[in-house]
Amino acid sequence: MLIFEHAHPGRRAHAQAPHNLAEASDLPAELLRQSKPLLPETSELDVVRHYTRLSQKNFSIDTQFYPLGSCTMKYNPRACNTLAMLPQFLSRHPLADADTGQGFLASMHELQEMLRDVTGMAAVSMAPMAGAHGEFAGVAMIRAYHDARGDTARREIICPDAAHGTNPATASMCGYTVREIPTDRQGNVDLAALKAAVGPQTAGLMLTNPSTLGVFEPAIVAIQKVVHDAGGLSYYDGANLNAILGRVRPGDMGFDVIHMNLHKTFSTPHGGGGPGAGPVGVSERLKPFLPIPYVIEERGDYRWAEEGDCPRSIGRLSAFGGNMGVLLRAWVYARMLGRQGMHRVAEFAALNANYLAAELKRAGFDLAFPERRASHEFIVTLKKLKDATGISAMDFAKRLLDYGFHAPTTYFPMLVPECLLIEPTETESKETLDAFVAAMVKVRDEAQLEPELVKLAPHSLPVRRLDDVKAARELDLVWKPPL
Amino acid sequence: MPFIPHTEADIAAMLESIGAPKLDALFDEIPPDLACGGLAGVPEGLSEMAVTRLAHGRAARDGFYSCFLGAGAYEHHIPAAVWQIVTRGEFYSAYTPYQAEASQGTLQLLYEFQTMMASLTGLDVSNASLYDGASALAEAVLMAVRASKAGARRVLMPATVHPRYRAVVEATVKSQGIELVCVPYDPASGVIDLEALEALAGTPAAALVIPQPNFFGALEPVDMLTDWAHAHGMLAIAVTNPLSLALLKAPGQWGGGNAGRSSLTPSPSPEGRGELRAPLRGGEVVGADICVGDGQPLGVPLSSGGPYFGFMTSRQSLVRQMPGRIVGRTVDLDGKPGFALTLQAREQHIRRSKATSNICTNQGLLVTAATIHMSLLGPEGLRQVALASHANTRALLDKLLSVAGVEQVFKGPFFHEAVIRVNSPVPDVLRALRAQSILGGLDLGRDYPELAGCILICATETKIEADLEQYRQQLDRILSRRREAPPCAYK
Repeated sequence: MLIFEHAHPGRRAHAQAPHNLAEASDLPAELLRQSKPLLPETSELDVVRHYTRLSQKNFSIDTQFYPLGSCTMKYNPRACNTLAMLPQFLSRHPLADADTGQGFLASMHELQEMLRDVTGMAAVSMAPMAGAHGEFAGVAMIRAYHDARGDTARREIICPDAAHGTNPATASMCGYTVREIPTDRQGNVDLAALKAAVGPQTAGLMLTNPSTLGVFEPAIVAIQKVVHDAGGLSYYDGANLNAILGRVRPGDMGFDVIHMNLHKTFSTPHGGGGPGAGPVGVSERLKPFLPIPYVIEERGDYRWAEEGDCPRSIGRLSAFGGNMGVLLRAWVYARMLGRQGMHRVAEFAALNANYLAAELKRAGFDLAFPERRASHEFIVTLKKLKDATGISAMDFAKRLLDYGFHAPTTYFPMLVPECLLIEPTETESKETLDAFVAAMVKVRDEAQLEPELVKLAPHSLPVRRLDDVKAARELDLVWKPPL
Repeated sequence: MPFIPHTEADIAAMLESIGAPKLDALFDEIPPDLACGGLAGVPEGLSEMAVTRLAHGRAARDGFYSCFLGAGAYEHHIPAAVWQIVTRGEFYSAYTPYQAEASQGTLQLLYEFQTMMASLTGLDVSNASLYDGASALAEAVLMAVRASKAGARRVLMPATVHPRYRAVVEATVKSQGIELVCVPYDPASGVIDLEALEALAGTPAAALVIPQPNFFGALEPVDMLTDWAHAHGMLAIAVTNPLSLALLKAPGQWGGGNAGRSSLTPSPSPEGRGELRAPLRGGEVVGADICVGDGQPLGVPLSSGGPYFGFMTSRQSLVRQMPGRIVGRTVDLDGKPGFALTLQAREQHIRRSKATSNICTNQGLLVTAATIHMSLLGPEGLRQVALASHANTRALLDKLLSVAGVEQVFKGPFFHEAVIRVNSPVPDVLRALRAQSILGGLDLGRDYPELAGCILICATETKIEADLEQYRQQLDRILSRRREAPPCAYK
């Protein structure tokens, strides 16, 4: 039932409206609304009950193991939420002067500096509001750099074919054309193809490392050097920063720009699709182009940088500077982890991924890259199972839901047929991983013995499998009251 | 080890299963010379108790202020139920609803949100949110250019649009060769200068951006502007405060038909506001084509600027040009209704470099807050909040105008913001107010040099008579003290 279907004309949550009834007789009639908007007319209890019940129809980290590859679904510590929601932080106006927010700004500066240190870059701006927004900032800076040098013939961004879709989409948004390069059999960037692709038209390379295939590029420094030698800049997509935190730093590898997904590596909540935060770190030569604002510290006083501080900045990406509440959560998380905790993130993400890969391999599953060390995630391919039983990776994923596990990422990266991209994260226990292996084995057995059971899964969720084709063909995006 | 459950026995057993001698061995494919060492810039870890103490100390240092600042972010009461439900783990810690069957809670809520926003704005379809109002406007500009039948790569951008929004649009679209043409405002009324706009009639453009209320809080003649845009082959992009739409005409109803015709007469009030001579084609197209804005007034706390959320609604005919997630209602194998992400062929994970936008993550949790907030307030509650905010700003303006040295800048109707001019340097006045724990408003001289001496003020429904009176008294004290005690150089 929709909230609108709980409504009765005239019913209200009476506690929630101001008591002093006002009129707007001074406003011209032609500017006023003529009909009542379709908002629910319900009591407070109706609303609380409806949305509490809706919440119970979700899988979440707080209720299920959520091994969604490349999404880093790890525990979101509750303290981060509680402390980011202290009333002084919540009530602070974004345009209030810096002298009213030194406590908040001190925390932002600490986070900015910690991010600078863990990435090894020269400077960081936390303005971008999501990973793709950080990518936009990064590529826009690459473009601003070339433009400032009058090097305007560089019209092309190189992306490996394993890249997230946001990489080529971002390059297009920045006015670049995209050249894809292939991946070799071991899951690495094809260095020969990269060498053949670069030239005077190359503006830069966008590279995810460890890649979306769950392996570290051993030739990372050489790759980066090929691009630099051709006059291009190198972009490090930090979507998988979780895997290298405290071990290696993109700055030390010679990269010019990196974005981080704080809602992955720094454990801020995904919230059913956001908000995220996508800070960018840059090398010395891109510093003048950083998006505003970032925090400036002067003799112990903090303030946001403005246009006058950085005249060559690529500009503003949001009205008020970024997703501050997300940054506060990341700050709390980073302060709790501390130096040692940062090192442990990558160590235990790798331990859990490699253990899960080893156990699944032992149970007879095919790893896409069995000879490689898994980073923080790895790929299982169900191609043989599909050929033998007709059960697809999608069917398999849906049946896992019945066993109380969120499905791994399916059909991404597209290079591996019938793939499950599995990322357990460091916050899961061995028992949870063992239970997941058992469920994987169970579903595989079902696929062989009772394929219909898997094909028609899920069976125990609020709805059965949904008709996506109908959803796209007969668009129903907005509820209309019955006539 | 914070948030890591492994015991020593677990680690040993897991390494044995892997066949690795120690944890470091798991990184043996990484060139050893890249190892980064100590992270000197990261302090030692803190317990939850210690970080709580630290955060409380910092929050206490920042304290509380009586806020009369608006300018795109507004203090409103948020029902307690909103964030208690939003921070339930099932909403808070869920991912984007790719596995629809395991995400019906989030998906149904998004469908309800789309319904509410479409109705509030009077348009056909809505997406599931963008980053914020400014980035939503940038996406609307890109969408209008994609949709332009004439292939125009120019958009008319009035100076009455929030300066930060204009800056974000500029930063977002400049590398695609899109030109933003500034339309000045009329200094008497603070709305778009219609004569200057008329002079742009011959300039092919994909769209006219129409802010309502505009950055100064003033109400634009939206019917006339919408008809003018359509008559010149442009789309009309509305930028609105969603709360105001509980009171003001929905963008989907702007212009056209009889309303459009009547609006072609000049507005009654200010002198200097010209008449638009739009070659009317019968006002056949009713309403703005795209509506965007920031959803912050709908249950999202100020939080130093974010996270907020951008919303976008449009005509049905533009839905395939829309960026961002969209949820559709469909049926499951039993024919039971259910919800799923749809029209994904527009998006980056399918279309890659040909996608309508690179956006992936949006602001889902804030949309959760807004949906619950709108449900709790309902149509009447939201209207009362809008009315009370309007009435409080009117009352505040009247009070402040009674202070010697204060005058009103723009004549004409406004929603819940207004502009005053003071006869002392604004930074000094605002600093003196801050010393009394009052945020007196926005210094307009920074973005509009010709408005040096002017303050943009706002009083929402959260303010009571005593708050307004305190502002008046303090402003009176500050301005009169400056009158009595001239700078010492003159002594």
